[in-house]
Amino acid sequence: MTGEHARQGLRLEQVGLWLGQRRLLGPLDLAIAPGESATLMGPSGSGKSSLLAFLCGTLDPAFRSQGRVRLDGEDILLLPPERRRLGILFQDDLLFPHLSVAGNLAFGLPQALDRQTRRERVTAALDEAGLAGFEARDPATLSGGQRARVALLRMLLSEPHALLLDEPFGRLDAGLRDRFRRLVFERARARMLPVLLVTHDREDAEAASGIIVTVGQDLANGPDI
Amino acid sequence: MRGLRAGGWLRLLPGLTLALFLLPVLAGLAGTLLPAFGILPGSGPTAFSLEPWTVLLSAPELPGALLASLVSGFVATLLSFGTAVAIAAALHGTRFHAWLTRLLSPLLALPHAAIAIGFAFLIAPSGWLIRAASPLLAPSGQPPDFAAPGDKLGLALAFGLVLKETPFLLLAILSGLGQFPADKALVSARMLGYRPATAWLKVVLPQLYPQLRLPVYAVLAFSLSVVDMGLILGPSAPPALAPLLLTWFNDASLASLFPAAAGAVLQALLAAAAILLWRAAEISVARLSRSWLAGGGRGGGGVAVKIIGFGAAYSLLLVAVFAVAGLGLWSFAWRWPFPMVLPESWTLGNWAAASLGLGGILETSLLLGLASTSIALVLSLGCLENERRHGLHPTARILWLIYLPLLVPQISFLFGTAALDAWLGIDGTLLALIWSHLLFVLPYVFLMLADPYRGLDERYARTGFCLGAGRARVFFRLTLPLLLRPILAAAAVGLSVSLSLYLPTLFAGAGRFETLATEAVALATGGDRRLAGVFGFLQAALPLAGFGFALLLPAVVYRHRRWLKVGG
Repeated sequence: MTGEHARQGLRLEQVGLWLGQRRLLGPLDLAIAPGESATLMGPSGSGKSSLLAFLCGTLDPAFRSQGRVRLDGEDILLLPPERRRLGILFQDDLLFPHLSVAGNLAFGLPQALDRQTRRERVTAALDEAGLAGFEARDPATLSGGQRARVALLRMLLSEPHALLLDEPFGRLDAGLRDRFRRLVFERARARMLPVLLVTHDREDAEAASGIIVTVGQDLANGPDI
Repeated sequence: MRGLRAGGWLRLLPGLTLALFLLPVLAGLAGTLLPAFGILPGSGPTAFSLEPWTVLLSAPELPGALLASLVSGFVATLLSFGTAVAIAAALHGTRFHAWLTRLLSPLLALPHAAIAIGFAFLIAPSGWLIRAASPLLAPSGQPPDFAAPGDKLGLALAFGLVLKETPFLLLAILSGLGQFPADKALVSARMLGYRPATAWLKVVLPQLYPQLRLPVYAVLAFSLSVVDMGLILGPSAPPALAPLLLTWFNDASLASLFPAAAGAVLQALLAAAAILLWRAAEISVARLSRSWLAGGGRGGGGVAVKIIGFGAAYSLLLVAVFAVAGLGLWSFAWRWPFPMVLPESWTLGNWAAASLGLGGILETSLLLGLASTSIALVLSLGCLENERRHGLHPTARILWLIYLPLLVPQISFLFGTAALDAWLGIDGTLLALIWSHLLFVLPYVFLMLADPYRGLDERYARTGFCLGAGRARVFFRLTLPLLLRPILAAAAVGLSVSLSLYLPTLFAGAGRFETLATEAVALATGGDRRLAGVFGFLQAALPLAGFGFALLLPAVVYRHRRWLKVGG
């Protein structure tokens, strides 16, 4: 049903988060157009990961929230998590350890596709990412860079309409990190996806080349440990 | 709640689960309390009376029974706790510890009756220990004359209990250690110059004890009121309190039923008083140990703890292995005269004799075990999934409720539970039997599953949702497969608990059902070592097979999945 909406990007309106009486974040207004990106910067504990959980619909009920979130014009807060069409990448690749590489990728594909199409899409995605022939591999036998790429492919195969990135480059070493970062933003731009990145790393924020919003009240006067 | 609409039936599950196992316990207590005061609903006019109590208190067996129960209960609990702590403190971080950890579950799986029968074979005057040292201890070629098992104070019973309860407490320690950064605390203490075992006792134990409290209370209540082990290892004239009450309950005449009910109430009061006493002791030990904790002693006593810990661990394993081996030997023995260490001649006749009714007994035992375990798994997984969906954080009070069937002496409520069954019209049916097994299987299954379930990285589920999978698909395709190993381990524990249940089988089955547990106890108290060996051996072998299966299946299913092959 979102197919009928024109691609309008991701829009946060007056979004705020509270834990008990303490305000963690916001109220925040943010509009990310298709193919563009925005970065939320702040120290750990500033509530930026909670914001992503809020967007996904998996925020712990201990938190209070307000505001509206629209994806391509639709208010996604009314939808269950699995129908919000958001793709997320974490710092850890979180490949499902009980499934093969192909199993992981197929998990992300829409269920309606027939068996043949599923297999073809998985193979095509692996070929394109330089991982041809990896279908039957155990994720545990992959290198860190390969695992990161499989996680990205899995997410893209689920055909998301926006990307959420929860410090996904933090665990990779310097050379790899740069290449993977470029790959993620390239793919996102090619598909005209809005990207929301949260990080505490300025280099990541600059690579995203979009607007940067700083959160966390004590960032200016407290040491960031 | 936006985005968090959940299946309505799942919300009802925690309440249903609590009702399923609180109702029989509470109704059971009431159903025991009423006849203790002369009121027996459904059997003619009765009136409130204190006569059951006067009969109970003037019974000539009572003083001896109380003495045996109190001595065996407290000695067993103190020794089990001390042994478990010494083993944990001495072995922490050693290679032997990792090895012992793997042996814990099978050790825990050995049913009480099987352990008791095997232990009795070891320590009896004509038992293995005396036989092994016969030139020294029995120079005349006749077995020496002493009363063990069956000593008046119940010490043989206490040692038998230690064999069962120490592994249980060790498991509780292991799971408690996962709740706080114990390793970091230990390293900081050692950097300050403390010897390892001393560091464990001074830094880890005080933080750990709150997690051990409920398991320790359960051990105390259980040891004070155990029936099957009491029948096999305890004194007989008079028996300890709980076995004595069982004979009264079994007595066909209504006249002995009322004092039996009064005795069951007394047994519950005894357990409650013992727990309060233990709590008071906890407080004074905590107060008295303050100067020791902060006194700066770095551990001269560390060596003693080390010796005790390693010694206890080895003896525990050896005794358990020999007890089971003894069961096996007796089941194949034909002539085994004193003082020979091994049988003179062998036979398959014991197994042939046992096999007559064995099919039905095995069927009942396995059916009960599998049914109660499956129900317990579904309820536990449902409650844990509900807890996660709604971000609930269970309080300590809920934990007390889960432990309730383990804290109330079985003899104190099972008679009343049978009365509840009769009122519902299901007394003596398989349904009542499965329900009563569920009371004891469910707490273990839930406790085994809770930590792994709550410890599962929440981001797997979130990744699943963002990939478009609904709640059901995430649960069945991600959560369950990822938890396959702990689920099977919990199932194995559930099965072993059910296979070991004696009193619940007796009461809920109204004597109409025979299981491995009831047969093993009946044969052991009847003095038939060979047939008791067959049933005891089977009773020990089945749970071990269950554990083997629980280890093997994930290894086969996940043979190509390295992250799931090890640990878990």
